[in-house]
Amino acid sequence: MTDLTRQTRRIRFLATIGLLSVGSLALAGCSSGAASPNGDTDASGDLTPITLQLQWVAQAQFAGYYAAVDQGFYEDEGLDVTIAEGGGDIVPQDVLAAGDADYAISWVPKVLGSIEQGANITDVAQIFERSATTQISFADKGIETPADLAGKNVGSWGFGNEWELFAGMQQADVTLDDITLIQQAFDMSGFLSGDIDAAQAMTYNEYAQVLETVNPDTGELYQPDDLNVIDWNDEGTAMLQDAIWADADRLADDADYADTTVKFIKASIRGWIYSSQNPEEAAGIVTAAGSTLGQSHQLWMTNEISKLIFPSTNGVGLIDQAAWDNTVDIAMGTTNETGATIITADPRATAFSNEYVQQALDELETEGVDVKGADWEPIDVTLKEGGN
Amino acid sequence: MPRFARPALFGVLGVVGLALVWELYKFFGPGNGVVIGDLTVLPRTSDLAMPHLATMVARLFEPVTGAATALPLWLAVLGACAFTLGIAAVGWIVGVTVGLALALLMQRFRLAESAILPWIVLSQTVPLIAIAPLVRRWGAQVEIGAFAWENWMSVALIASYLAFFPVSVGALRGLGSPDAHHVDLMHCYAVGWWKTLWRLRLPASVGYLLPALRLAAVSAVIGSVVAEVSIGLRGGIGRLIVEYAGAAGGDPGKPWAPIFGSVLVGLVAAGFVGLIGLFLRRFRRDEVSA
Repeated sequence: MTDLTRQTRRIRFLATIGLLSVGSLALAGCSSGAASPNGDTDASGDLTPITLQLQWVAQAQFAGYYAAVDQGFYEDEGLDVTIAEGGGDIVPQDVLAAGDADYAISWVPKVLGSIEQGANITDVAQIFERSATTQISFADKGIETPADLAGKNVGSWGFGNEWELFAGMQQADVTLDDITLIQQAFDMSGFLSGDIDAAQAMTYNEYAQVLETVNPDTGELYQPDDLNVIDWNDEGTAMLQDAIWADADRLADDADYADTTVKFIKASIRGWIYSSQNPEEAAGIVTAAGSTLGQSHQLWMTNEISKLIFPSTNGVGLIDQAAWDNTVDIAMGTTNETGATIITADPRATAFSNEYVQQALDELETEGVDVKGADWEPIDVTLKEGGN
Repeated sequence: MPRFARPALFGVLGVVGLALVWELYKFFGPGNGVVIGDLTVLPRTSDLAMPHLATMVARLFEPVTGAATALPLWLAVLGACAFTLGIAAVGWIVGVTVGLALALLMQRFRLAESAILPWIVLSQTVPLIAIAPLVRRWGAQVEIGAFAWENWMSVALIASYLAFFPVSVGALRGLGSPDAHHVDLMHCYAVGWWKTLWRLRLPASVGYLLPALRLAAVSAVIGSVVAEVSIGLRGGIGRLIVEYAGAAGGDPGKPWAPIFGSVLVGLVAAGFVGLIGLFLRRFRRDEVSA
C-alpha cells in the first residue's frame, strides 16, 4: 500500500467520523426541537384548550399569564392554556384574526389600525392601566419636557411605538422637522454613546438597561438622578398598552367562547395579583418558562409591570372610557413622519367591551379577591451590572 | 509539513490577524470612530462598541445570569448552536433534495426548464419577513394523524427555501456542462437518459454542485437564525442574539457570545460540505465558483 492511499483512507475515516458527528448533532438539534417550544400540554379531556399569543418572547411583561399557568389558576377555571411566544414578524392581532390563537396580547394603538383594516377583534380586558413608554435623556442635556426635544436627536423604535412621542411633541408644538428622528435599535448603545439625546425607553426594560450600565465618569452604575424622564402618562399623551384581545365574531356567535373569555380573564387577573404580591416567585416562573434575562432585570421588570396595573382605579382590566377615547383621539389626530395617522375614523363599536371583564371582576369580588390593590406597594429592586 | 497542516496554519493565522486588527484599531483608532461627512465608516473604539477580546472570552466562562441554576455562557451558546445547526441541517437536506429534483426535472424536459426556472429565480425575491409568518400560520394548521407541525419545522422550511436556490441553479448548470461530443458518444452507444445521467452528467456536475452546496449550507444557517427571530422560536442562536442584545450596555461581552456561536455554526456547516467534497474528490477536476 502506498503512502498516498493510506493517507486517503485515513482522511476518509476522519471524514466519516465527522459526518457522523455532524449527523448526530443534527439529530440532537431535532430532538430538542421536537420538545414543544410552547411547553407540554397534558391532554386531559376535561380542560378547554386555549392558545394565548403574546406580542414578544417570554419575559416578565407577561408574568401574570405565566404565573396563572404555573399556579394552576387557568386549570381551576377548566382551561388548558398554551402560551405562544411572539417574534420579530409575528403580529398578535393577525394571529388572532386568522383563528390561530384564542386570545392575543397587544397594544391598543397597534390593534386600532388592524381593526380599521378589517380585523374583527375586541379588547376584552385592559390589563395595563398605565403606559410604560418614556423618553429618557441624560440630565446634562436639559430635556425635561417635550418642548425641550426641539433641536435634539430623538430616538424611536418606530413600528407603532412612536405615537405617544409624536403626540407629546405635537401637543408641545414641536414638529418632526424640529428634531432629528433616529431609528433606535434593540439595545441602548446608541443612547449610551451619545448618538441619541433622548431615547425611547420602557420603564420595565430599556430604562433598567441604562441603570445596569457602568457610568465611565464614576465607575459605578448610572443612577436615576443621572437621567431625565419624560413620562407620557404625565404629559397626557399616554396610550393604552397591553390588553387581552378576543375574536369579536366568536364572542357574538359562540356562547361557550364568551363564557371561556370570562374564565380566561378571571384567571389572568388572579395571575397578575399573584405576580404583584410575589414578584420574586413570578420572576422565577418567567425565567423557568425560558426567559434568559438576568435575574435582577427580570425582577425589576416584574415590579415595574405591576406598577402599570396596581393600584387599579376601577379593578384590573376594566376599560376606562376616557383613557380609551384619549387613545383613539391620538390615533386619529397624530401624524407620523409620512403624514399618516393610525386610523382615519372612529373604530367600530365592537373594538372594546367591558362585558366580560366586568363579569370576571364581579365573580372575583364575590370570592373575596381584592381586584384593585389600593394598598399595593412596589418593592425596591437593586439592579446589578448587566442585569445579571 | 503534512499536507493538511498548511491550511490549518493559515486558518489560525487568519483568526490571529483578525484579533490583532480588532485590538490595534481599538487602541489606535479615533475614539469617535472614523467619520466621513456624516457617515461613520469605522466604529467607535469605546469598550461599549468594541469590547476587548479578553472581555468577550472571559464572559464566555461566566454563568449566563446570576441565577443559581444558570449555565456557563459558553455551554448555553453551544447548546443553542447545536439546536440551530440541527434545524439548518434539516433545512439543508430538504433544500438540497428539492433543488436537485428540480434541476433533474429541468435537465430532462426543456419545457420544465422554461416553465420553472423563472419561478425559481422569482422565489428568491420574496423577502423572508413576508413568508415567515405565513409559513408559521400554514404550519400551525397542518395536523396529519399523530403528526403535528412544530414551530421548528417552519424554521427548517424557511431555511430550505433559501437553500434550494443555489443547488437547483448550480446543479442545472452542472448537469448541462458535459461537452456535446461526450453526450453524442452516449447517443452512439444507445445509452438511455438515466445511464447518461449517472455516468456522464452527474460526475460532470460535481464541480458546479460543491460550491452550490456550500452556498446552500451557509444560506440554511442564515435562514435558520433569521427565521428563529422572525417567528419567535426559542432555543437557538437567533433567540440568544435578540435576548442578549439588551445587555449590550451593562454587559458588553455577552451579546458577542451568540455571534461567535453563529460563526461556529456556519463553520461547521461549511466544513461538512468540505467533507462531502473529499468524498467526491476524484470528480473535482474543474471546480467553478458559484
